[in-house]
Amino acid sequence: MSDVQPTAPKGPIGRFLALPPDSTPKTIFVAVALCLFCSMIVSVAAVSLRPVQDANSLVDKRKNILQVAGIYEDGINVNEAFGAFEQRILEVSTGEFSDEISVEGFDDIQSASDPELSRELTNDIAGIGRQPNFVTAYLLKDEAGELDKVVLPLWGYGLWSTLYGFVAIEEDGNEIYGLQFYDHGETPGLGAEVDNPNWKSQWQGKKLTDSTGELRITVAKGNPSADMIDHHIDALAGATLTSVGVDNLVKFWMGEQGYAPFLVKLQQGGL
Amino acid sequence: MAQTTRDLLVDPMVDNNPITLQVLGICSALAVTSSLTVSAVMALAVTLVTGFSGFFISCIRNQIPSSIRIIVQMVIIASLVILVDQVLKAFAYEISKTLSVFVGLIITNCIVMGRAEAFAMKNPPVASFLDGIGNGLGYSLILLMVGFFRELFGAGTLFGITVLPTVNNGGWYVPNGMLLLPPSAFFVIGLIIWAFRAWKPEQVEKREYKIQEAEAH
Repeated sequence: MSDVQPTAPKGPIGRFLALPPDSTPKTIFVAVALCLFCSMIVSVAAVSLRPVQDANSLVDKRKNILQVAGIYEDGINVNEAFGAFEQRILEVSTGEFSDEISVEGFDDIQSASDPELSRELTNDIAGIGRQPNFVTAYLLKDEAGELDKVVLPLWGYGLWSTLYGFVAIEEDGNEIYGLQFYDHGETPGLGAEVDNPNWKSQWQGKKLTDSTGELRITVAKGNPSADMIDHHIDALAGATLTSVGVDNLVKFWMGEQGYAPFLVKLQQGGL
Repeated sequence: MAQTTRDLLVDPMVDNNPITLQVLGICSALAVTSSLTVSAVMALAVTLVTGFSGFFISCIRNQIPSSIRIIVQMVIIASLVILVDQVLKAFAYEISKTLSVFVGLIITNCIVMGRAEAFAMKNPPVASFLDGIGNGLGYSLILLMVGFFRELFGAGTLFGITVLPTVNNGGWYVPNGMLLLPPSAFFVIGLIIWAFRAWKPEQVEKREYKIQEAEAH
């Protein structure tokens, strides 16, 4: 197939190039050289574009916090609008705010893999392995300076991937304002319907606990019984395992291992 | 090969369209055509990948050992797809989230591999590049047509701009929800293929068998 047939290959490189492509040394050479070259191109692209991608995903995360708290509008400057939130570090086990750690540069997800900032879970229903001791809480105040909503991070395993999201809770510490995921790898059209606005709108107004303080919030199929109407989220059709994952992660984070101590404080007005 | 530049670019758009004639690349055509913006980005990505993979494969075609040629083509195509994915994540984050896995799946788009194997392995780099771009444009044409119908009649918008005000937003148009679901793309592509073949009857395949006429009793 060679277009030009060199009369006499010169030097070791010339002789090597003149080898028939199907000879064993050449096959190995082409495979290795091509892999090295392509992996170099891919790594350079990945490393050099990382800062831009990180900035994008930060804006996207903030946008999701704004959306879940219901103050996002198309076309607003996300970073500016985000200034409406007061960020505090929350100690999960006690439900107290902590000033030990600076909010700047603190990453909830990353700290979950730091042994000093997290604990290994024994009863791990959300499938997250380790739980951070501290998370960032986003407090939204109304004009009078009173607490209006609290946005808290939550995540857990669905069918294929970990779903990362936020929940916005009203100042009474019981009523959900919104819940949505900003990153997941669920099946488009099925599990990825957790992003569907119609499905997400179900969360608004749902109560975490009943009057006795027991955690009742549930994602399940079918019609809820009368006492569950305030706590029932209809599961996604065709995405049973994603729905189960969402159910588990919400129960985990809203339960005793999660934000329950903090929510109880909110309900008692102890903030 | 006495093909002119024009032939290489225009031929795959109508006379030898990868979707309507060869019926390749249907999977992604179903998945990403529910809105025009997404279709356009996907079309652009596939066109670039097809063009450049053709170019690079053709550049080294005389050195590629035939025993590992498919995997060599895959490595080149996969690297280009990762590049496209990274660039999208950096500069078109919203769209890259909508396209999600489908950018990665360009690797498995039969059109890209098909052109690499059928054309780039036997032709010089520039011709292969043009052939790739031409086939990419042929794919884009159909993708945009499908996207146009699905978005217009499924959501009443084009590129996100309201054309037919829907009932939900106080207008008069009752959108056809099925058009937003992937199966509807089957119908739309089927109708497009029908239209193409009605216009150019030479594209109709010969029957592979003939039903024998029943004997008269």
